[in-house]
Amino acid sequence: MNIFVCIKQVPDTTTRIKLREDGNGIDEADIQWIISPHDELAIEEALRLREQQTGSIVTVLSAGPERVTDSLRMALAMGADSAVRLDLPSDADSGMNARALAAAIGKLGPADIVFTGKEAIDDGAAAVGPLLAVFLDLPSVTVVNGIDYRDGAITCRRDVGGGNIEVIETPLPAVVAAQVGLNEPRYATALNIIKAKKKPIDTLSADELGVTGADRKTRLKNFELPPPKQSCRIIEGAPADQARELIRVLAEDIQVI
Amino acid sequence: MKILIIAEHKNGQLSETTRELFGLLLGQAEVHAVAAGENLEPLAGPLGQLGAAKVHLIGSPALASYTGESLGQALGQFIPQLAPVAVLAAHTPQGKDLAPRLAAALDAALATDCIQVSFNDGQVTVRRPVYAGKATAEVEFTDDSLKVITVRPRTVKAPELDAARSAEVIPVAVELPEQKTVLKEIIASDNARPDVTEAAIIVTGGRSLGSAENFSVIENFADSIGAAVGSSRAAVDAGYRPYRDQVGQTGKVVSPQVYIACGVSGAIQHLAGMRTSKYIVAINTDPEAPIFQVADYGIVGDLFEVVPLLAEAAKNRNGS
Ligand SMILES: Cc1cc2nc3c(=O)[nH]c(=O)nc-3n(C[C@H](O)[C@H](O)[C@H](O)COP(=O)(O)OP(=O)(O)OC[C@H]3O[C@@H](n4cnc5c(N)ncnc54)[C@H](O)[C@@H]3O)c2cc1C
Ligand SMILES: Nc1ncnc2c1ncn2[C@@H]1O[C@H](COP(=O)(O)O)[C@@H](O)[C@H]1O
Repeated sequence: MNIFVCIKQVPDTTTRIKLREDGNGIDEADIQWIISPHDELAIEEALRLREQQTGSIVTVLSAGPERVTDSLRMALAMGADSAVRLDLPSDADSGMNARALAAAIGKLGPADIVFTGKEAIDDGAAAVGPLLAVFLDLPSVTVVNGIDYRDGAITCRRDVGGGNIEVIETPLPAVVAAQVGLNEPRYATALNIIKAKKKPIDTLSADELGVTGADRKTRLKNFELPPPKQSCRIIEGAPADQARELIRVLAEDIQVI
Repeated sequence: MKILIIAEHKNGQLSETTRELFGLLLGQAEVHAVAAGENLEPLAGPLGQLGAAKVHLIGSPALASYTGESLGQALGQFIPQLAPVAVLAAHTPQGKDLAPRLAAALDAALATDCIQVSFNDGQVTVRRPVYAGKATAEVEFTDDSLKVITVRPRTVKAPELDAARSAEVIPVAVELPEQKTVLKEIIASDNARPDVTEAAIIVTGGRSLGSAENFSVIENFADSIGAAVGSSRAAVDAGYRPYRDQVGQTGKVVSPQVYIACGVSGAIQHLAGMRTSKYIVAINTDPEAPIFQVADYGIVGDLFEVVPLLAEAAKNRNGS
């Protein structure tokens, strides 16, 4: 099978976000970059599928500037066969990234299955998987936490909230967005991380992908940090008084109960 | 300026998250609503009373249960006929799945999970959180393509129904091609409490609960105030709670009116899932716990002592 995985490089949650002076983005200087956590599940699922289906190839794609090469190497260290960077600016929007990914899969495919993460933790948009599927004219299944593979088709379990699960059947090829529960991603061993440093990473330019500025329909601007929190009001007193006061706050000050 | 609200509904009832969309700053926009499925007539009244001028009903047994493919195709046929400036849906499991499909099919601009939306003076202005709520950003639309916008639940309150208003009801017919994806089954959860992504109040317990049984302390309090039960990852990993309750970077991102964290330290990955809550309450034995840095109200104390007293105080207040 020809298996594709789309991964996004994002700032680690523990990184402090500093805004650029013009307010139209973040200062990337001291950011610790990681593969978005749900995309690790997507990689893991691809690797497990390859183990089941001999002769399969796992290709990892990431759209972004030069820095995303590091994340592609990490995916190679986890076990992917090849990695391609789609050379797009860091402020490309979901639509533009999805156009580029669709074009790359068109060039390198045809795909039997494409994995993405449920959502990337930087924009939390949950958009690129379904966008890409429509551009490739493939069915798409989102928030998937379980997959049964059969010949030419899959049955997916979708986590639709509140503990409810939808069971969806779809023919392959299809685009599947991974949700927690699908698997436990493996760690790349130190040895494989070193080996991956020497592996080639191909690049496709925006030109080669036929993506232009006109594919970008949105741009983020006027970033703001949340207003500083008022300091916490500690409710003092004996436990029963504390409890009564907090319930009073909920009922009278916030009026939520 | 025409805008279209996509109505989610179940058993003839509009979902609360759809009602909320009418509470956004819609300015002078001509508000249309669309609903698809079966037994849609009961929706027209409330949609009109919420402020829709026209309600489009796509009645079809094929749309009785949601699949992104079928509703995407149905709306993909209908929306170009209406030609609105913007399409609004709630950022719910359904809205998240549907919106990008529509955007791709209609060559539209997409802004998801927005927390400010205004259509004042013919200008569409939207803002969304980025980096898990560490910042927000305005979404600029760079051309005049159709805009597909999803709105985070509980961003605004639903308006009161205005009995004096009613909408013109317009039936719409669509033709659906053969479907690739098939919904085989819905396995409904046995969870009678509200889901964490929809609840107005969430009471969350952490590792310090120590066992699955001890979570009854959290559950009793949650039930006394109609709240959902949330969990830190540590408590999920320890097997105290199912994954569906997990809040955080690798769990659910929630934004309730009030988030009550009991015995949760407030690790950055946990904050990533709840820091945009309107009010945060922390109950923790450790006054230095990081959760107090984001909390609005705090009780320094033992949750096993305080939380049952909270349940009792809530019940007393309700007079039951
Ligand atoms: C990649 C990654 C992703 C992650 N994703 C998530 C995620 O999605 N969600 C998440 O929650 N975590 C996530 N984590 C884990 C996170 O880093 C923390 O380990 C976790 O949130 C801690 O859970 P906790 O607060 O329940 O436990 P602890 O950190 O152990 O805190 C327990 C707290 O309880 C207090 N306490 C103890 N006894 C009592 C008592 N009797 N009464 C009151 N207070 C008491 C203690 O003072 C302490 O503050 C992730 C971590 C990583 C690395
Ligand atoms: N720039 C990108 N390059 C490759 N894959 C991406 C990119 N952006 C998003 N994706 C994929 O799409 C998923 C959803 O991302 P998002 O729509 O940004 O929430 C991610 O988990 C990735 O799998």
